[in-house]
Amino acid sequence: MWMLGPLGFTAPLLLLGLLALPVLWIILRAVPPAPIRRRFPGVALLLGLTDEETQADRTPWWLLLLRMLAAAAVIVGFAGPVLNPQSDESGSGPLLVLIDGTWADAGDWTKRRDRIAVALEEAGRAGRPVALASRTDLVPAPPDFLSADRWLNRLAGLEPRPWSPEAAAQADWIDALGTQDFDTLWLSDGMADPARTEMLAALEARGEVRVIETGRPVLGLLPAMYVDGIVDLTALRTRSGLEQAAEIAAIGLDPAGTERQLAVVPVTFPADATRAEVDLSLPPELRNRVTRFEITGARAAGAVTLTDDSLKRREVALIAGRTDREGLQLLSPLHYLEQALAPTADLIDGALTDLLLANPDVIVLADVARLAPAEEAGLQDWVENGGLLLRFAGPRLAASDVSRDALDPLMPVRLRQGGRSVGGAMSWGEPKGLRPFAESSPFFGLAIPAEVTVTSQVMAQPDPDLSQSVIAALEDGTPLVTRKRMGEGQVVLFHVTANAEWSSLPLSGLFVQMLERLAVSTRSAAPGAEELSGTTWTAERVLDGFGRISDAETLAGVPGERIAEGQLGAEMPPGLYANGDRRLAVNVLGSEAALAPADWPARIPVEGMEIAAETRLTGPVLALALALFGLDLIASLWLSGRLRRASQGALAALALVAILPLGEVQAQQSDDGLALMATNEVVLAHVITGDARTDRVAAAGLKGLSDTLYARTSVEPTDPIAVNLETDELAFFPFLYWPIALDQPIPSAEAYARLNRYLRSGGMILFDTRDADIGSFGSGTAAGRKLQQLARPLDIPPLEPIPEDHVLTRTFYLLQDFPGRFASRDVWVEAAPADAERADGMPFRNLNDNVTPVVIGGNDWAAAWAVDEYGGPMFPVGRGHAGDRQREIALRFGVNLVMHVLTGNYKSDQVHVPDLLERLGQ
Amino acid sequence: MSQAGPQLRTRAEGLAAALPPLLVQAEHLASTVLLGAHGRRRAGTGDEFWQYRPLSEGDEARQIDWRRSAKSDVHFIRQREWQAAQSVVIWVDGSRSMGFSGDRSRPAKSDRARLLALALSVLLVRGGERVGLANIGTPPRSGQVQLLRLAEALSDELSAEDYGRPETPGLPLHARAVFLSDFLGDMDAVEAALAKAADRGVHGMLFQVLDPAEESFPFDGRTIFESMGGTLRHETLKAGELKERYLERLAERKDRLERLARLSGWLYTCHHTGDSAQTALLWLYTALERTR
Repeated sequence: MWMLGPLGFTAPLLLLGLLALPVLWIILRAVPPAPIRRRFPGVALLLGLTDEETQADRTPWWLLLLRMLAAAAVIVGFAGPVLNPQSDESGSGPLLVLIDGTWADAGDWTKRRDRIAVALEEAGRAGRPVALASRTDLVPAPPDFLSADRWLNRLAGLEPRPWSPEAAAQADWIDALGTQDFDTLWLSDGMADPARTEMLAALEARGEVRVIETGRPVLGLLPAMYVDGIVDLTALRTRSGLEQAAEIAAIGLDPAGTERQLAVVPVTFPADATRAEVDLSLPPELRNRVTRFEITGARAAGAVTLTDDSLKRREVALIAGRTDREGLQLLSPLHYLEQALAPTADLIDGALTDLLLANPDVIVLADVARLAPAEEAGLQDWVENGGLLLRFAGPRLAASDVSRDALDPLMPVRLRQGGRSVGGAMSWGEPKGLRPFAESSPFFGLAIPAEVTVTSQVMAQPDPDLSQSVIAALEDGTPLVTRKRMGEGQVVLFHVTANAEWSSLPLSGLFVQMLERLAVSTRSAAPGAEELSGTTWTAERVLDGFGRISDAETLAGVPGERIAEGQLGAEMPPGLYANGDRRLAVNVLGSEAALAPADWPARIPVEGMEIAAETRLTGPVLALALALFGLDLIASLWLSGRLRRASQGALAALALVAILPLGEVQAQQSDDGLALMATNEVVLAHVITGDARTDRVAAAGLKGLSDTLYARTSVEPTDPIAVNLETDELAFFPFLYWPIALDQPIPSAEAYARLNRYLRSGGMILFDTRDADIGSFGSGTAAGRKLQQLARPLDIPPLEPIPEDHVLTRTFYLLQDFPGRFASRDVWVEAAPADAERADGMPFRNLNDNVTPVVIGGNDWAAAWAVDEYGGPMFPVGRGHAGDRQREIALRFGVNLVMHVLTGNYKSDQVHVPDLLERLGQ
Repeated sequence: MSQAGPQLRTRAEGLAAALPPLLVQAEHLASTVLLGAHGRRRAGTGDEFWQYRPLSEGDEARQIDWRRSAKSDVHFIRQREWQAAQSVVIWVDGSRSMGFSGDRSRPAKSDRARLLALALSVLLVRGGERVGLANIGTPPRSGQVQLLRLAEALSDELSAEDYGRPETPGLPLHARAVFLSDFLGDMDAVEAALAKAADRGVHGMLFQVLDPAEESFPFDGRTIFESMGGTLRHETLKAGELKERYLERLAERKDRLERLARLSGWLYTCHHTGDSAQTALLWLYTALERTR
């Protein structure tokens, strides 16, 4: 291939054709454009006329240039131009493509995969057998040298792993390499790795090694630390040198259960640092929701750090049975609890009923015996929904008969009367120590200090299932801590006081550890190796190389020692591990991790990742030639005068485009017109449903009603208006008629906001399902369901059928029926307040003070009101005289309705008239 | 281009319906005047009653109208109005050049010319005149059959020659003649035909039909112009530059036609196919009345 800068040509000899261009120029210039043949009778008059210019009519120079360019483009196009042609790979023999395959690769994984594909294709063209190996996924066997296309097929399944290469696996692989010689192309992730040298040595022994590495700094995020109410976040990068900005997002579930960004904090690496720290202060509610932090846009497992219990601060409500005696702080039943919990939990106090509303994680009842029934029910609900009720015994509990005869729902066991006292001045025995915790106990593994002794306790009744409840016992086997599961929550009873009166337990560190094990308090630091030993953790959620979180599914449990060791691998991917109620986050980067760039020996050539992809330009260049020829065609037509007719069309189109904006201006003006029209006079309005027939009938109906109002009352409405919910302002209309059409689109949120504002500010909507002939209100007709759907977001008060004494029955006419085209009695209005009472001597109750915001029915009023253009009824109603009567009543209902809208409860006051008259008479 | 006979006739009658029957006034051709539907406002031979006149010397006894004479003591003679029919000979150029139309929206010149010719014939026949078509050499006759004959002749294909030459075989003495053509061909033939007609005392009209394209010459660029039959051709490199000279020549040609017409007592007009046919027919109508 012949190269010209970044441009190569597959058939460079064709370019010699460019030499012929000047010749073409001369020829084209010499030959005048082809003549047009025209039939023309007037030729008889032309005979003998000679052209004034003897020179041939020449093609204009710019047209010639255009043609030249087109011709040149054709020649160049067929010469096969290629941008950034791939020079052939040198070398022969097998090629090993080795990738690191760690999370640091994930950020630009597609690019890497493309680069691997290019390398494989090159090798395929050169006929070299290829093998592909990932350092995070090494199989101890000689590389599988196959033809390139076999590997290309497998390439799509290649994914980065969220851990670093394991030295042991690598050593095994090197041992299994065999003696075959091969070249190596190593796509490095750019991070320092001690095992790299060993690998490099092994590969160099077998052939040439080339390294490809991006200069892109790898970003990482250290586990979030919780210090003094502030979350400490530390971001790392491999290379310093330039200032770099990034964003760290805190992600968690919002109250609706959707995962979203709860907070975003910007972080900036100073130019000369590879570490950037930022503090994030979050309200406890928000902080407890955070499940992970990640550097936005980094798309790598190392840039994600999961949070576990260490970040969570439980809300603990403390309630003591005894009122605090001032000054005796050390005797306070809550003092030791406060001391133990304050560093790791948020403490709240207050009345129990108030606390329940705050939904704390834990409620501690220290020596509380009796609870009010409402409190007890609330507590039970709360426990069953996952709360932890922690109770401490004490003199009051011992003295009461709570859980004495029957098991109290909020006690884990039944208690014997009185409790016991050991080792005191008046007793025989010694103070008792604690028995080592059983394996089933949540406290299992905690060391028991010798100084912990118990002198007094409440005693559990030896019920058959007592042993299951006991999670800690004294040396003599009497229960010290008992527990009962209840729904999703649990009730735990310490049989001693929460202060040092009955035992020295609250004074010891064991107390704090026990609270922690019960998940009352939370750890402030990662558990140490000895703490982890003997435990087994199962993965709940795991991270993949890209930092995506997925369910762990059936991963086997991991022993605590393995977690303490910290080396991630296939059997222990990073993720969130659980042991009982405790959660432990295993992150890609530990808290002491550091990132450093890979350091390659000088003899190894390190290439950049950036390869400009080979682009064949033949197509575009030929397309250019085609476009030029098209231009030439148009220009030639224009020159020879054949383009006139076409250009007239184009002019017309241009004129059309110029006219278009005028229409919008007119629309704008008409908007104001609507407001003026609607406010100058009383106007009835109906909602545009989108169903043409329904809208027509609604308009005709309102026209009929308007005419009736005009004729009979002092309300003189003008022609009704159709209202578009999406665009029109509703505030102008006292009354909206809304027929329900099945195919009406659901209005937008803004439209609903306007509707609700309209209803609250005294507007009224008459909903008409127009199906009273087939079903009553709420019977689930199609229109009824549509109405429910439409009205769901509306702020509609409780409804009731129109009561006999509703003001609608007498605002103008005295009515008890509200027929339309159908005569159903099912018409619903806002319900009367519960305390509406009929005053003495009054025929009516003192009902709503306001206009009912909605009237709902299905009588198809508009059809009964509707008049055609001659003022005659549009639709038949009923039969004969009865039908006429029904139409009349329908109109009267309409009149009453509009009167009600316009005068409110004015007519309600009229009920006083008899009294007033009577008084005047006296 | 060519119209089916009945259709052309329908259109022609439609066009003629808008005008009153055309009455051609005969001038002074006693010998050729045959009885026709034209009252001469004087007593003479004819069909229509003119007046009663008292018997005078020299009147024949059989001329006495006894019914009128019985009402009085004097003898009366019943006189009839002198009526004369006019002969009109129409020549429509049927050459290829008439088949030209500069735009698809316009009719070909021949279409327009034939339509006008037939409309005129309809008017004349309705007025009782006798009409003949010079192209097919039919002698002037009146009546619907003659109209049918004319319509059929005018619906023929155009002839093969490029430009038409007026031909008037058997032109009656003192008849009227109408020549419809584009007159773009040989002017000598026109001149000869006019001279021949003038010899026979025939007056008439030269009616030139042109396409607007022939008036405006909207051509540009390198062009080969060919006559409709392909016998003539002219190549130019810049058609746009020829425009002025072409228009000059066209004006000259029109001028010559007008001069010719004036000299021989004929009338000349130029009609464009882009204009209304009604106007043209009106002109023909008034012109036939004017040439006396």
